[in-house]
Amino acid sequence: MDTAGLEAIARECRVQIIRMITHAGSGHPGGSNSVIDILVALYFGKPLRLDPKRPDWPDRDRVILSKGHAVPALYAVMSRAGFIPESQLTTLRKLGSPLQGHPDRTALPGIEAATGSLGQGLSIAEGEALGLKMAGSAARVYCILGDGESQEGQVWEAAMEGPKLGQPKHPLDNLTVILDYNRIQLDDFVAKILDIEPIVAKWQGFGWPVQEIDGHDFGQIQKALDQAEATKGRPSFIVAHTVKGKGVPWMENNPEWHGKAPKPSEAITAIRDILGVTEAAWGEYLTRNSATRAIVDELAALAKK
Amino acid sequence: MPAKATRAAFGEALLDLGAKDDRIVTLDADLSKSTMTVAFAKKYPDRAFNVGIAESNMIGIGAGLALAGRIPFVASFACFLVGRFETIRISVAYTGANVKLVGTHVGVAIGEDGYSQMGLEDIACIRALPNIPIIQPADELECKQVMAYAVEHQGPLYLRLTRQNLEAVCPADYRFQLGKWLRLREGGDVTVIASGGTVWNALEAAKLLEADGIHAEVINAACIKPLDEAMLLASARRTGHVVTVEDHSIVGGLGGAVAELLSELAPTPVKRLGVTGFGESGDAKGLYAKHGLDPAGIARSVKKALGK
Repeated sequence: MDTAGLEAIARECRVQIIRMITHAGSGHPGGSNSVIDILVALYFGKPLRLDPKRPDWPDRDRVILSKGHAVPALYAVMSRAGFIPESQLTTLRKLGSPLQGHPDRTALPGIEAATGSLGQGLSIAEGEALGLKMAGSAARVYCILGDGESQEGQVWEAAMEGPKLGQPKHPLDNLTVILDYNRIQLDDFVAKILDIEPIVAKWQGFGWPVQEIDGHDFGQIQKALDQAEATKGRPSFIVAHTVKGKGVPWMENNPEWHGKAPKPSEAITAIRDILGVTEAAWGEYLTRNSATRAIVDELAALAKK
Repeated sequence: MPAKATRAAFGEALLDLGAKDDRIVTLDADLSKSTMTVAFAKKYPDRAFNVGIAESNMIGIGAGLALAGRIPFVASFACFLVGRFETIRISVAYTGANVKLVGTHVGVAIGEDGYSQMGLEDIACIRALPNIPIIQPADELECKQVMAYAVEHQGPLYLRLTRQNLEAVCPADYRFQLGKWLRLREGGDVTVIASGGTVWNALEAAKLLEADGIHAEVINAACIKPLDEAMLLASARRTGHVVTVEDHSIVGGLGGAVAELLSELAPTPVKRLGVTGFGESGDAKGLYAKHGLDPAGIARSVKKALGK
């Protein structure tokens, strides 16, 4: 798919992220919107080998969202890819919904591992990459780490092990790790809490080839994913520089929006910002776009509750 | 059968089962000589992964391997393995990964190394997780039966194994079943429920009690989760007195599980024998005597519980 197509999907997904978090009344919009372009690039640009009709297909590619709090972004791409009906997105975080507040593998086919207790996803990804190699599968594993998450010790156990595990017979060159480097964690800026720099030198020091990209530039994401796949003999690491809350100017780079749901009225403004429509043109836009109109009406109704 | 440590029986069973099923792999954190996976690793170097002294990562890699169709046995000392509780909780239990967790060197019986190396709270921790059976074999035969079961069982489970040699207690025709206990001795005065390394001592205690005219029923509770509810209730109702014996903290282990069940379904006085406080260095025999887990100590506690 071309860049314009991916950008259009990413806008749709950002709208869905704001929509579902607002309906839930809680969640993490900032980190969801920083990682969404990476997920869109994987699910629709790459695209991953996936079949929503066979979520347990042994040779499917795997995405492990280690920063599990950004799961609304994953639900948005999974919905777009056919794993979840769009109508189900508004059940996020509600009693009985498979769309748990953090990923639950047993509740929702297409989720590869329970994550959200930070620092655990990369170890699982390494094990899965090794297991796939042992089974002779060509499937690839993608693990998405958070920057704040990189303060967890288990991440560095896995960092040390990744390039060595399975050698020499089954090196983990089927594993690509992507750091969503949005520079903000729950309490404050990462650099103020516990700086993870020099992050490139750290991963290189542990033996990983590291690429640095703009995590909102589909051309760069695509190229880096291809280069990682072409790297043989060891797993690859991509540092994706991102903006927390990307797409909603007043949420961008603001620690306030790490883990807070917008009010319905704020959500409608956020959606208009994501779609790049001026206030003056909004009414006319909605008459022409019935899907957006339905989402906005639903949010307006929520405000009256 | 000569006395054998259940960790040694585990290592032998791995070789046997591993030859039949190439999905079986092992993971170690620099303790393969102690957990006894080392023979498997020598025979199947491509299926044995020593990830260094990094237990959390080892457990997570095990979960990933399981999700990709392998059957990983993830082994370390029980305290170091279960010490990474949060990784077990999320990467294994909540993820529903088919990981076989193997904790060795359980209890004060490891002796001289002291408390930091003793698995004494592992049952209490794992019991709190919804989907992990806990199995503690009492001898070589039972351990090998349990290993065959572990490979067939879909989903995570926890095996609790001893460093020290254990005398054979199970009959040759014994077949392990999840949730089924084994009555080793019949008696109508008191129900003594033991598990793992304390089963032999419980049997010896029953002989001492017999000499005093007390007929003790002795049950080998390999399954700590789930309990054998039917056998427990029937025996407790028959004898009216229950004593549990385990090389684990008296909090949250076999004794805790038995007391919880009985208090709800058949209130019966329960005396929990086990370890109180921290463990310490010393010889295993001395430590068992100190905590009242040797035959004389068990017999003494049973008599006290019966008011004799």
